[in-house]
Amino acid sequence: MATFTFELVSPERVLFSGAVDAVVLPATEGDMTVLAGHAPMMTSLKTGFLVVTDTPGNGKRILIRGGFADVSQTGLTVLAERALPAEELTQEILDQEILQAEMQYDATNDLTMKHTAEAAVAQLREAKAALNY
Amino acid sequence: MPSLKDLRNRIASVKATQKITKAMQMVAAAKLRRAQSAAEAARPYAERMSVVLGNLASGITVGPETPRLLAGTGSDRVHLLIVCTAERGLCGAFNSSIARLARDHANRLMAEGKTVKIICVGKKGYDILRRQFAQQIIDLIDLRSVRQIGFEHGEQIAQKVLGLFDQGEFDVATLFYSQFRSVIAQVPTAQQIIPAQIEAGASSTDAVYDYEPDEGEILTTLLPRNLTVQIFRALLENAASEQGARMSAMDNATRNAGEMIKKQTMTYNRSRQAMITKELIEIISGAEAL
Repeated sequence: MATFTFELVSPERVLFSGAVDAVVLPATEGDMTVLAGHAPMMTSLKTGFLVVTDTPGNGKRILIRGGFADVSQTGLTVLAERALPAEELTQEILDQEILQAEMQYDATNDLTMKHTAEAAVAQLREAKAALNY
Repeated sequence: MPSLKDLRNRIASVKATQKITKAMQMVAAAKLRRAQSAAEAARPYAERMSVVLGNLASGITVGPETPRLLAGTGSDRVHLLIVCTAERGLCGAFNSSIARLARDHANRLMAEGKTVKIICVGKKGYDILRRQFAQQIIDLIDLRSVRQIGFEHGEQIAQKVLGLFDQGEFDVATLFYSQFRSVIAQVPTAQQIIPAQIEAGASSTDAVYDYEPDEGEILTTLLPRNLTVQIFRALLENAASEQGARMSAMDNATRNAGEMIKKQTMTYNRSRQAMITKELIEIISGAEAL
């Protein structure tokens, strides 16, 4: 299978850099899969799991909280506001993230902001359920 | 001529000082390693961000709908200077060189008849600038209690700046910080952050980009994010520079103290020997006189 370069960077560090087969992105307008030779595009991301497939049948999940994905001829670059690999996730971290998102929800009166915060809470709850906590 | 006791005291005090400066140097070296790796880890994000922003902005024509963070307010009457310095002193010319750059900039703007507002990040810069610009300083952000600078601190400052911008408090914002080159080289830098400066078309390809959601919406979320990233990066670079500057300053201080101890010990030994010789001569001549 054809591969392409994928880079995942958060403000604090580079989390992933290398050749991969496919990446599933939690884009704001629905999850999408990027394969090699994808047309150039840019999309914003919501809270959710990003799945990296570097060898067939071997996926790695990373929890993303907001950010951008940029697909260009050179490959895919994801700028995540916060990124946590699934293996580093614990219940406490998730609970804290949920609490933060809920606080964001309560703090704003802006309707669109409320919507994004609400979606983030739902996504995080889902993530928690998916990890069997 | 100081007495032997004076010399002894002086040597002891310089030795104590040397111990302190040496310890500070070691601490700075340890902190530097951490700060440097944090600053280097943050660079890729900031670089990618500016590339992405460059790609996006090169395809956009400046019009009335362009976000004001990119296009500016249309005037440059009120300037905001964000001066990032350290919270502590004893780091050579680090704080004063940033403050000097900011002061020159502010003086030039004021000579042109512009209004200047200053936000100080870090107490040392505030202490220096307060003397001349007491009226212009509108805020002081204290990071004294912060051990490791995180993204949220950059965010906090960015929120404040964006709030002021939305209220129309200023037209142009410039960020002052020290760029970390190496342990001995820190470069005070002024960087304009509002309106955003875009490295135009770093990789302007002919390929048609798809935007999801549309361009304008991405840009309106990307620009504040970019501001946060720039401020965050400045804070990290500053932290690394501060430790680097402190390390070399303390290294110099330790070396100077060593030289001083050597000189004082020499004087001490000379005068001790002179005293012994004098006493011997007195005894001998006393014995001869008998």
